[in-house]
Amino acid sequence: MRFDHRHLLGIEPLRPDEITTILDLSDQYVDFNRRRDKHANALAGLTQINMFFENSTRTQASFELAGKRLGADVMNMAMQASSIKKGETLIDTAMTLNAMHPDLLVVRHPHSGAVDLLAQKVNCAVLNAGDGRHEHPTQALLDALTIRRAKGRLHRLSIAICGDIAHSRVARSNLLLLHKMENRIRLIGPPTLMPSGIDAFGVEVFDDMREGLQDVDVVMMLRLQKERMDGGFIPSEREYYHRYGLDAEKLGHAKDDAIVMHPGPMNRGVEIDGTLADDINRSVIQDQVEMGVAVRMAAMDLLARNLRARPTEVVA
Amino acid sequence: MTQTLIHNARLIDPEAGQITHGALLIESGKITEILTQDTDFEEMFRARNIRPDRIDAGNAFLAPGIVDIGVKVCEPGERHKESYGSAGQAAAAGGVTTMVTRPDTSPCIDTPEALEFIRRRAIEETPVNVLPMAALTKGRQGREMTEFGFLLDAGAVAFSDCNNVVRDTKVLSRAMTYARSLNAVVVGHPQDPGLSQGAAATSGKFASLRGLPSVSPMAERMGLDRDIALVEMTGVRYHADKITTARALPALERAKANGFDVTAGVSIHHLTLNEMDVADYRTFFKVTPPLRSEEDRQAVVEAVRTGLIDIIGSYHSPQDEESKRLPFEEAASGAVGLETMLPVLLRLYHGGELDLPTLFRALSLNPAKRLGLDCGRIAKGAPADLVLFDADKPIVLDRFKLRSKSKNTPFDGARLQGRVLGTWVGGARVFEA
Repeated sequence: MRFDHRHLLGIEPLRPDEITTILDLSDQYVDFNRRRDKHANALAGLTQINMFFENSTRTQASFELAGKRLGADVMNMAMQASSIKKGETLIDTAMTLNAMHPDLLVVRHPHSGAVDLLAQKVNCAVLNAGDGRHEHPTQALLDALTIRRAKGRLHRLSIAICGDIAHSRVARSNLLLLHKMENRIRLIGPPTLMPSGIDAFGVEVFDDMREGLQDVDVVMMLRLQKERMDGGFIPSEREYYHRYGLDAEKLGHAKDDAIVMHPGPMNRGVEIDGTLADDINRSVIQDQVEMGVAVRMAAMDLLARNLRARPTEVVA
Repeated sequence: MTQTLIHNARLIDPEAGQITHGALLIESGKITEILTQDTDFEEMFRARNIRPDRIDAGNAFLAPGIVDIGVKVCEPGERHKESYGSAGQAAAAGGVTTMVTRPDTSPCIDTPEALEFIRRRAIEETPVNVLPMAALTKGRQGREMTEFGFLLDAGAVAFSDCNNVVRDTKVLSRAMTYARSLNAVVVGHPQDPGLSQGAAATSGKFASLRGLPSVSPMAERMGLDRDIALVEMTGVRYHADKITTARALPALERAKANGFDVTAGVSIHHLTLNEMDVADYRTFFKVTPPLRSEEDRQAVVEAVRTGLIDIIGSYHSPQDEESKRLPFEEAASGAVGLETMLPVLLRLYHGGELDLPTLFRALSLNPAKRLGLDCGRIAKGAPADLVLFDADKPIVLDRFKLRSKSKNTPFDGARLQGRVLGTWVGGARVFEA
């Protein structure tokens, strides 16, 4: 078992065996989290700071819970409300925090690459909780864990990712991860929501939902941001739902045992039919949330092991 | 009256497209003789009754000094990024003998008074020639044209709103029509402003993987097509500042074939780097327009070789550390280049992509011709604006040793070959390595 990384900034630098390492450990934490007594010491004595430059409820709560269950001292900072408004640069913020000696820094930022930049300036382990349209690695890992538990494997599956691929960091990270694990990936969505250069990604691209969902094992829906619905990218919400919203009829083209996933929060009646989202036989959306905590525990545990193996560094 | 003889040099003549081993005699700031190396110099000195300083070039290359169109000196407004003093030193050290400066300062150069200010600063502070461009529209806002007549009288050599594309075609067509009557050159930035808004990278796999807002290379062709149509309509003398994509080249070729007075430039960065160089969000590689694909880079190098692209410039754009130490999307755009342009472009020479006469045709001869200057040539009677360089000397570029106040070069730590040994402006030596 090897996981030789200082930070978790994205899926891109991970090898398949490292992904498997994280998922195997996550499996253990899933069982752990289902116990009555949910307290461990893997992060005992370590300080975890959650720095969110962008609104988040679910991801932040998941990281916070993961840290607390492993015994870390967890602090949440809502950055959009604080120093950014006062004109402080990202690097100044990072240096300020660095002086408080955190061990784990969980960061979400609206600009691609901002978390990488921050990671270059601090001495602790940095976890990317989403940067712009770039990556959201823990989401991809929790999706992978959900798929692996539901399907019994994470390779040679036919997986459809549907919706706003262009603006989605979730799609980026999932694409990279599922590709590394040798799955067949289909992207489905209106061409205005497809990223440029998509032909070079080694995926199949469809603008027709029924065609794209044909015989897939997994259907991953993406959230359509409200600001994309104003006629700029798609004509209207109702036309989008008609053509790309997942309902029972469209899902009928997938395999009979295909699972339905969504990173949340859902827009019921925009990208997914409400009844379908609640169908416990098809929807694994609640499982994804559960896996999220386990995956974040595993990721922080692995980074903390590397952290403890390193001699204490003096801040330059 | 001082005289100088530079001998044992390999003379690069971009007009003839050849390199000869020989010597130059410089008198009163002008080249007065071009001699072969086997000339009996002492005999000639006696015959002409002169005692010039003799400089043995040691078989290095001697070329007409670089005329760099599009240099940003941050005066007025941001002198901490670059002053006329520091830019002048950088230019001299880079073999740039004429800086054609951009008007996108703050405030911008849109009045004869502002132009006079920078001309005065330039004369006081810089050892090289400075020729200013003036804004095309007041405040570079794309609404009303500036006082072209007064500005020309005050010394403006061309008119440009730089990266602010004039959106209103009626405003632009009137400005071009008026400029035509004064025989002035309008420098455009061919880019569709709608498509390119907010872009930090060129559309494609790399931009998508990095999650950066991107612009299709087609935006450049659209901008160029529009500008060329307006050139056809108004008959203005037009220069496209940077052509960086393969798709824009056929439009340029057609415009030239149709006999329109159109020229085009390209930056040193688009000739030597591609989008992949941005790697993990390295903001020193953020330039405008964004770096392109390798196919585009090769296409524009080929266009320089054939002469379709006329002019190479550094588009020297100083930025301080603070404006670069930001997430890629927020970081300022631009790179310094005055001092690095020659060694950087020599990569193309060493790689067999361009020969030296072709390089200096684009660096010196063509920009001088475009602006109606007498320099840029190795010819009798031409001003002795010269650069002497060793094309092979290996160097590792250290950005903190640059003379510019700003150190934002993408070539920090790069292994390059080539070093400027000396620079002369009007016969006076302004740099010695």
